Amino acid sequence: MNFELSDEQQQLADAVRKILAGSYGFEQRQAVLRSASGFSDSTWATLADMGLMALALPEADGGFGGGAVDLMAPMEACGEALLVEPLLDHIVAGRLLARTGSVPQRAALLPGLIDGTRHLAFASLEPGQRYALAPVATTAQQSSGVWVLDGSKSVVVGAAQAHTLIVSARTPEGTSLFVVDAKAPGVQLNPSRTADGLRAADVQFKAVRLGADALLGTAGAALPAIEEAVDFATALLCADAIGAMQYALDATLDYTKTRKQFGSPIASFQVLQHRMVEMLITLEQARSMAIRAAAQVDAGGDPRERSRVVSGAKIKIADAAQLISQEAVQLHGGMGMTEELKVSHTFRRLTMAAQRFGDADHHLERYAALS
Amino acid sequence: MDLNYSADETAFRDEVRGWLEANIPTDIRDKVVNYHGLSKEDYGRWHRVLADKGWSVPHWPVEWGGTGWDITRRYIYDEQFGLAGAPMLPPFGPSMCASVLLKFGTPQQKERFLPRIRTGQDFWVQGYSEPGAGSDLAALKTRAVRSSTSSGDVYRVTGQKIWTTLGHYGDWIFCLVRTDSSVEKRQEGISFLLIDMKSPGITVRPLILMDGGHEVNEVFFDDVAVPVENLVFEENKGWTVAKYLLGHERMGSGSVGASRRELAALKDLATRELKNGQPLINDARFRDKLTRVEIELDALELTSMRFLDKMRRTGQPPGADVSMLKIRGTEVQQAITELMMQAVGPMAAPFQAVDGGQIDHVTSRLAPRYFNYRKASIYAGSNEIQRNIIAKMTLGL
Repeated sequence: MNFELSDEQQQLADAVRKILAGSYGFEQRQAVLRSASGFSDSTWATLADMGLMALALPEADGGFGGGAVDLMAPMEACGEALLVEPLLDHIVAGRLLARTGSVPQRAALLPGLIDGTRHLAFASLEPGQRYALAPVATTAQQSSGVWVLDGSKSVVVGAAQAHTLIVSARTPEGTSLFVVDAKAPGVQLNPSRTADGLRAADVQFKAVRLGADALLGTAGAALPAIEEAVDFATALLCADAIGAMQYALDATLDYTKTRKQFGSPIASFQVLQHRMVEMLITLEQARSMAIRAAAQVDAGGDPRERSRVVSGAKIKIADAAQLISQEAVQLHGGMGMTEELKVSHTFRRLTMAAQRFGDADHHLERYAALS
Repeated sequence: MDLNYSADETAFRDEVRGWLEANIPTDIRDKVVNYHGLSKEDYGRWHRVLADKGWSVPHWPVEWGGTGWDITRRYIYDEQFGLAGAPMLPPFGPSMCASVLLKFGTPQQKERFLPRIRTGQDFWVQGYSEPGAGSDLAALKTRAVRSSTSSGDVYRVTGQKIWTTLGHYGDWIFCLVRTDSSVEKRQEGISFLLIDMKSPGITVRPLILMDGGHEVNEVFFDDVAVPVENLVFEENKGWTVAKYLLGHERMGSGSVGASRRELAALKDLATRELKNGQPLINDARFRDKLTRVEIELDALELTSMRFLDKMRRTGQPPGADVSMLKIRGTEVQQAITELMMQAVGPMAAPFQAVDGGQIDHVTSRLAPRYFNYRKASIYAGSNEIQRNIIAKMTLGL
């Protein structure tokens, strides 16, 4: 039993935190949000330089052979900084490629993914399908050596910057994955900014013609890899949310210790103290579950057990994110409502984290089915 | 990062589990898992079995009969008790009084009391709370006045203690008493006394709780003579002793093992109970509540292990971390008792058989169990007091 980060893990986490503290402060992030692309190229390049995009990829593909546990502390730092660059989505696309792609496919795409020059996004969700991972509205048909892709995807985070999309589609054999050039004829983006400041897009595919080499792995066999990748993504999202929740608690403590009413810091009032204690206990419980989810994803083994543990963590993180973000705003009073304070942005981040990759109800249902 | 016990620790866990399974008297285990209280004889018998094995006081120094286990093994040991349905020995003697004696006792006091605590010859109880001194313990008023008699100096003790758990089994009671009322600071002027409950002038009166059970008592002291050699540490320095004890709470205060066993029982129950012809456990509304409790318990187990790991690394006492475990642990215990009772629906109502009637022995215990466990968030420092401790120690408020 050892819950401590290794020296290497700790050093990386410290470095990410330090760099984000220096170059991704509140005002700097606001500038990114207001920019045309909503994306900081320099931050992206820095994250790539630090090896975050390569960390969980196999050494054979130029990665470091790490896993979710290695990414946990850096993701916490990103959550604390409210990073809007789609690092998580990029990493997850890389995982799908590494786990399903052929040697030539991996050689063509992963070096650029690792050094950050090729942006990738995973197009999975579909209109009206909530969190379902098996595609319905996107289909691919094979005819005379090419695949023809049709359909639509929703809320593809990172699509606007992406050079390459990994797209799940229904083929006659079942669920399949395709590599799609984001600029290919017939690919149409309807971009948006998410409630927490990320750039996303709904994506239309109209008779997009793909070469035979666009198919990742075996046709019809992609669902287990997608489920694994989304469990991995969920574990990373949990870590991201832990960082944001820690910030929300710290900011609330700082604020209530300095804000005076009735002649005293409001932190001296027991009614507020007990609420902050509840935030702390909730955070520690959530952190325990996030750690377990990352460890379980890394352990591999029975996919049902992996999914059950990840669902358990996501339920806890969803509940905790809601409680802690709401309490943080409430205890900041009116100031917590304004865009001027980071806590309101953290609120948005945590609100979206609670729902992304499945809300508590979604995971309660899945947990029960897997128990 | 490694979330699992080491091979040695796992082997130790299996050893404890195997030994407990083979050595808990069946009738005692049956009482525990069916939510019946234990008699003084039950506790004594179990205590002797543990003492014969050398496991009645694992946390004591080896020279007094401890095992020399590290904190992880002690935690594992506690958890296995809960899982196995083995009753923990009441903490008042082996944990509380003994910790105080080991730290503050004279050589004579240690010699006199510790061996008898180890073997279970004396049943100790705790005399802290008073009607006017609950969470605010320093408000206590039970008075001890030093006076001379032909057979030596004594304290004459007069006053009342309350919530004395198993006071009706007590051979000895350790008490906080006021030896000086003139002090400005209430924490001064308190002393720690060991009192033989056979002394003339002591009356024990049961307080029957809403589950119908006799667990706690009021203890009245009417001019009880206590030899001065039964004072622990210095006169008027009892608060130091009490504070020391508070800093030595167990890491097992989340009661994870016992809650695991109860949760398994709840799942069994909810699998047998039918709703519209289907097992209740498949009912989404019930299932969601059960899952959330299970997840909270999973998290609590990991949080306990994280704190244990931190303690092992830093060598620091757990401090307010134990308060967190106590709050969540008791909340989980209470949630399980509530769901147990709800699981049997209307069958939770029959409580006692009367006039030769027959009732189900399992379902009839579930409502009283729920009633009884409301105590968990009140005793051993109410959860509100625990929040005060966390606010002060961890959050710096």
